[in-house]
Amino acid sequence: MSDRESAITQQIPRLRRYARALLGDRSAADDLVQDTLERGLSRFHLWRQGSDLRAWLFTIMHNIFVNQARSRARRYHESIETDPEADALRAPEPDWLELRDIASALARLPQEQRMVVLLVGLEQFTYEEAAQVLGVPIGTVMSRLSRARERLRALLGGDVKAASLKVVK
Amino acid sequence: MSKQPVTEFDLHAHVDGVLPPARAAEVEAYLQERLEEAARVADYREQLVALHQEFDAVLGEPVPQRLHVPRFHRARPLLRYAAVVAWFMLGGVAGWQLHDYTTDQRIETTTWARRAAIAHVVYSPEVRHPVEVAANEEAHLVQWLSKRLGASLKIPHLGDIGYTLVGGRLLPGDRGPVAQFMYQDGKGQRLTLYVRVNPDDSHETAFRFASEHGVGVFYWLDRKLGYALSGEVEKPELLRVATAVYRQLNP
Repeated sequence: MSDRESAITQQIPRLRRYARALLGDRSAADDLVQDTLERGLSRFHLWRQGSDLRAWLFTIMHNIFVNQARSRARRYHESIETDPEADALRAPEPDWLELRDIASALARLPQEQRMVVLLVGLEQFTYEEAAQVLGVPIGTVMSRLSRARERLRALLGGDVKAASLKVVK
Repeated sequence: MSKQPVTEFDLHAHVDGVLPPARAAEVEAYLQERLEEAARVADYREQLVALHQEFDAVLGEPVPQRLHVPRFHRARPLLRYAAVVAWFMLGGVAGWQLHDYTTDQRIETTTWARRAAIAHVVYSPEVRHPVEVAANEEAHLVQWLSKRLGASLKIPHLGDIGYTLVGGRLLPGDRGPVAQFMYQDGKGQRLTLYVRVNPDDSHETAFRFASEHGVGVFYWLDRKLGYALSGEVEKPELLRVATAVYRQLNP
């Protein structure tokens, strides 16, 4: 195995963990990882030696994910509006008795918020790195993180009041 | 004492453990006086724990075969298409040039070696379905393909020289069914052995070699059967394997 291959291979477990948390479904997650690895290998010459390979691969994965989500949305004639208010309204409201586990709570988060909370919380990217991976300003990362954590808290039953406020809105 | 006000940013940075120690201490002091904020921070920390509890197991899972890096990157799709096209062109040109002054048999041989190379390019990168019948059903594989080709086939064993059998498949040839056996080394490098039944009037030949776009083929006719060994490896390596195949078939 070449250096290139082993460097990329080392990243596979973390790419899989993030993809699994992002998509929930094992096989869909591995499809995303496979697409990411293929693109990463074919564009390896574009990776700047010495820069963070993990961040580079996560950026690729993010771009693939967003493009696929966009084309899915188009296919189903759904709104691709990324306005958090719209997302909050669209996300189905949980059944409080069922919903106490982190995986289902994550699934109810708007995509943008889910990505931030996973990059920062699970993959331990710095805020700057997360901003780079997602291609947004750091201020956006912080506001999404803040909304995501508050919403997770509500979904997990930490703050039922906040959750019911959301329902009213 | 003039402290900077504690912001929402500080609370998250505190949860994520990225504040400098002095600032972290200030945030701690701030939280001691505000129970609601402290509960919020505690809940956020629990979220972190829950995330890791839920998903860290993925890190320890065996990586599925289809994600093994060397298996699918060997030639990128575009290069592979280029190789297919190149092999088609080669056959066309060679056939045309040779037409006037060589026998039809020669053209015929070139044509089937080209088909072998194309079959190699098409099937060797397959991750999920490289073969129809896998090596664990070798007896069935050899029986089935022998029956379909109407000739008794033997599958060479190349373990001694580092290649294990992946399995085989039936393919359409110019003049009836042909067989393809696939082998792979420890790094996932694949070679394919394409076997056909020769036309009745063909003669035995020595090894011939052709190569295009990184795909090399050694091919030869041996009594009733024709063999073509294809791979994206250096010519000496391919010759080494072709020789081993020939020896096993002619003990």
